[in-house]
Amino acid sequence: MEATNPPAASTNAPLKLGAALQLLRQSGHDLPDRGQIGDAPWLQAVIDALCEISSRDPLTGLANRRQFELALASEIDRVARAGESALVLMIDIDFFKKVNDTHGHAAGDLVLKGVAQALADCIRPMDTVARFGGEEFAMILPNCPPSFGLTVAERVRTKVQGRSVLIAPGQHVSVTVSIGGAFAPQWVRSSAPLWIERADQQLYRAKAEGRNRACLEQPTVSLVSAEEKGLLFGTSQFQDLE
Amino acid sequence: MNRTETPPIATSAPALAHVPAGRRARIMALTSGKGGVGKTFLAANLAAALAQRGRKVLVLDADLGLANLDVVLNLQPKITLHDVFTGKVALDDAILAAPGGFEVLLAGSGMVEYSRLTTEVREQLLKVIETVAPRYDHILLDTGAGISDVVLYAVSLADDVLVLATPEPTSMTDAYATIKVLATQQARADIRLVVNQVGRIGEGRVIRNQLQLVVDKFVAPLLLPGGTVPKLELLGEVPLDPSVREAVQKRKLLLVSMPGCAAAQGVVAIAMKLAP
Repeated sequence: MEATNPPAASTNAPLKLGAALQLLRQSGHDLPDRGQIGDAPWLQAVIDALCEISSRDPLTGLANRRQFELALASEIDRVARAGESALVLMIDIDFFKKVNDTHGHAAGDLVLKGVAQALADCIRPMDTVARFGGEEFAMILPNCPPSFGLTVAERVRTKVQGRSVLIAPGQHVSVTVSIGGAFAPQWVRSSAPLWIERADQQLYRAKAEGRNRACLEQPTVSLVSAEEKGLLFGTSQFQDLE
Repeated sequence: MNRTETPPIATSAPALAHVPAGRRARIMALTSGKGGVGKTFLAANLAAALAQRGRKVLVLDADLGLANLDVVLNLQPKITLHDVFTGKVALDDAILAAPGGFEVLLAGSGMVEYSRLTTEVREQLLKVIETVAPRYDHILLDTGAGISDVVLYAVSLADDVLVLATPEPTSMTDAYATIKVLATQQARADIRLVVNQVGRIGEGRVIRNQLQLVVDKFVAPLLLPGGTVPKLELLGEVPLDPSVREAVQKRKLLLVSMPGCAAAQGVVAIAMKLAP
């Protein structure tokens, strides 16, 4: 359909909405009660609901990968323009295959939901948490100072660790996650794949170092202590500088 | 620094060890920690001084994020390393002749997305250096400011590392931080030092001794058992000279436009040590 076409509602061509409405019902959305069936406010409500469905992961209710990538792109814009510090965390459930193999896929789904809920409980309103794929989740934390990064990641890790998921009457399972994180290079327009890869590299490191841990890309600033500066400049000269 | 938090990117063994020395260029990385101390100025003029001594020299702009070798040399490259990395052009087409009788491989400003060290950047950079190494006597890697992973990786590809500092306390601090990282992460035992913008003859020696003192006291205990405490070799000093500013503003090479000035002579003395 060309963008220059008049709104479909004003033509006589009937809209085929069967599939869309079925999708809404199946995903638990009530049919819109705005306006008359087929008029503009009603259609707008249908479109809004479809957008909502297409941005969510059906199992966990978190943002899906498509929505995550949109949020990441707008965060990259913000970092490049405002120089705000932003963190991306990649979060992967440890030994998830074992959960599926031992307790079955239905239990696996419940664990995914439980972890998703734990992650959703950790975030601020401006953050995004998404199911990235399989048992991997991702978080975007805008305006997160580098000094808070590890604390935030640790909070997420312990939140998941402390949550047990009921998979059958009287049967609980708890899982751990490994987390890798990277800050966006401030003032620089990074690319989404690059930012994710950097966080992913840290996730591999967390896995390699034994899982159930958070690893953040180290800022490559090497600290020079006051003592070292003192010797470098001679104590009296250094005090003048301070 | 907690060594377990920052695993070494590479060892001191140059990544090109498999290419026999003598059949390839001696690769030297120029680094400084702090920006604006004259790294690119030194790279370009040192290359010219080496070329004057009959050596075939390539300067590779390894400051992938914020390259400005093109500005110093007044070149407007249409083809850059970026195009080589993306496979748009052949490597040979990106190598340019610079005023001063040497050649350059410029990063260009489209490299922002390469300012982070990904597997791709590692492989591309290594491939480029492997390819050009047999054609030159010297390759100078002009690295970026700071101690980013790209800088550390570029240094890891080099046979020698030159740390550039000025007598400014901030520059000395950053030079020291760089030396500390190179010693602990790359086990560099020999580090060359050039002190730029010295106010009087012999100031470079004083700064070298002071840095060595702090290295001996604070870096030595961080090394792994059997590690060698890095020895700083003062390769030379370049006097503070108004001609440098003049040359940079005219976007001319100092070695070409004012070869007799004190700073140019300082650079020539360094070249004589590298190419006796």
